[in-house]
Amino acid sequence: MALTSAASPRRTGRRHPLATTALLVVGLLSTGGVYALVTTSATADTRAASAELVDEGGKLFAANCASCHGLNAAGTEAGPSLIGVGALAVDFQVGTGRMPMAASGPQAEVKPVQFTQEQTDAMAAWVADLAPGPAIPADRYLAGDGDASNGAELFRINCAMCHNVAGAGGALTEGKWAPGLANIDPVHVYGAMVTGPQNMPVFSDLNLTPEEKNDVITYLRYLDENPSVGGFDLGSLGPVSEGLFIWIFGLGGLVAVTIWLTAKSN
Amino acid sequence: MAEVQDGATGSAVQKHDDGAGAPATAVVRANRVANPGFPPERPRVTDLDPKKAKAAERTVTALFFLSIIGSAVAVAAYILFPIDESAPSTIRLSNMFIGIGITLGMLGIGIGAVHWSKALMHGHEEVEMRHPTRGSDETRAQAVEIFRESNAESGFTRRSLMRNTLIGAVVATPIPAVALFRELAPHEDPIALLRHTMWDTGVRLARDPSGTPIRASEVTIGSVFQVIPEGLTDLESHRIEEKAKAAVLLMRLPIDELNETEERSSWSYDGIVAYSKICTHVGCPVALYEQQTHHLLCPCHQSQFDVANHCEVIFGPAARPLPQLPITVDDEGYLVAQSDFTEPVGPSFWEREL
Repeated sequence: MALTSAASPRRTGRRHPLATTALLVVGLLSTGGVYALVTTSATADTRAASAELVDEGGKLFAANCASCHGLNAAGTEAGPSLIGVGALAVDFQVGTGRMPMAASGPQAEVKPVQFTQEQTDAMAAWVADLAPGPAIPADRYLAGDGDASNGAELFRINCAMCHNVAGAGGALTEGKWAPGLANIDPVHVYGAMVTGPQNMPVFSDLNLTPEEKNDVITYLRYLDENPSVGGFDLGSLGPVSEGLFIWIFGLGGLVAVTIWLTAKSN
Repeated sequence: MAEVQDGATGSAVQKHDDGAGAPATAVVRANRVANPGFPPERPRVTDLDPKKAKAAERTVTALFFLSIIGSAVAVAAYILFPIDESAPSTIRLSNMFIGIGITLGMLGIGIGAVHWSKALMHGHEEVEMRHPTRGSDETRAQAVEIFRESNAESGFTRRSLMRNTLIGAVVATPIPAVALFRELAPHEDPIALLRHTMWDTGVRLARDPSGTPIRASEVTIGSVFQVIPEGLTDLESHRIEEKAKAAVLLMRLPIDELNETEERSSWSYDGIVAYSKICTHVGCPVALYEQQTHHLLCPCHQSQFDVANHCEVIFGPAARPLPQLPITVDDEGYLVAQSDFTEPVGPSFWEREL
């Protein structure tokens, strides 16, 4: 660069024999450098785990999780193996308070979160260090700035049968249920889709791309920010709560009016 | 009243002499309980106390006045809360206030009118006896005379050819309607439509709604894909009907948890199975999949199907397992159907064998 740009008007047409090579080298280095910079920043979370964090996570795991999942996370009769579940599964299960479980039952329930985010990150780093698995996604896939209507269509096709079209949740078999999705942290929505916690099926990035997941997150955010246009949504449970309402208050009102119409005045 | 005839059965049909004699019912029991009549009439407070009557009058007036205010509120709400198409929440405010106004307007009139009649109009109980329905002999004779005269004037019985063609014309007029209603039926044989879907040998399994084909390698364990046949999104007509029949749920189970019969062992691919999403009970979409128990739940009537055992019914009203779509992989790695479903999908119909 310096060689060519430094050339004065008098020396136009004359170039150092190495100028082209130098230009190529500089160009290649800069594109490669920029590319490396961009890609590492996008997947920084996956490789950020320092050895110290992993150690810390290992201690926390041994103290809090190993009784069910086994000391080396290979699983026992009480809990499944965590090898290959990835950091995202840990972030979802621990970050929503589902793990550690208070008692075994049909389904792990959401409880007050037991660990700080740093402790959760440490355990996630330790589990991710065991075997590769789904990592925490880049922030741009959690921003909720995607296409809400596309997200709504994907939600209706893939999620609404269990979670209700308005994300109100619903019942499954034998005491299990699909939780409501109001005001859920986007990383947990994303984590649930990728890792398929408990009885939820997996919606990997090969099924719904990260952009499509962001659209779904956008739709859920839209639901959070825009209350039901119809007024009282009665839990958005559809015909059950609405039918109950009209049976009790609608028919009750009709009965009351009929009695009033036919009763003699005092 | 006529004499009572007490027969062996304890009742007898009273002989009907003429129209004037017995207006009421014909069956009379000898030992019938005497009609106790009405209880003594109770005067209302508004009959006894002029102050109460005045208060009731004020209440009714207030209700009518409230109705006027309600109607005005509805018009004011229409102006004050316009619907902004870009902000759906404005619909709620507009509907709510207009609704409150109209409700006040109508209920005010209704409740006021009923209260007026109940509290202030005279409250004497009255009995109106039934009248005989038979006409007098004169009116009956008149009616016969009218028919006789109009027959004589029109020649309805005399000019029989003209009358018969009229009857024939009247009978013929609804026939075009029958032909038109026939148009509502499907052009094609509906039974054949129920037996076959878009799936065929080599049709790729594609994602709903985008229509992009699915590679076997993309279906990770525990995954569920909502599947349509490739080419469905390009259909010019009957797209919804075809989708309603061909919708498929694609799942991948750990291969050791999948119990397959001998003849169907080639219908899956590496633990990937595809089943019709249309419930065999009344056709709801069955898509509530539990990936640990491998149970599919129908949200309408709680039928449960066990995906690990060829979707056999383990609970609920469904009569048959969900039909399985035989799948394999083509040379580019995409999942394809081996054939159409081997049985009709969805609920039973009259002409279905089995």
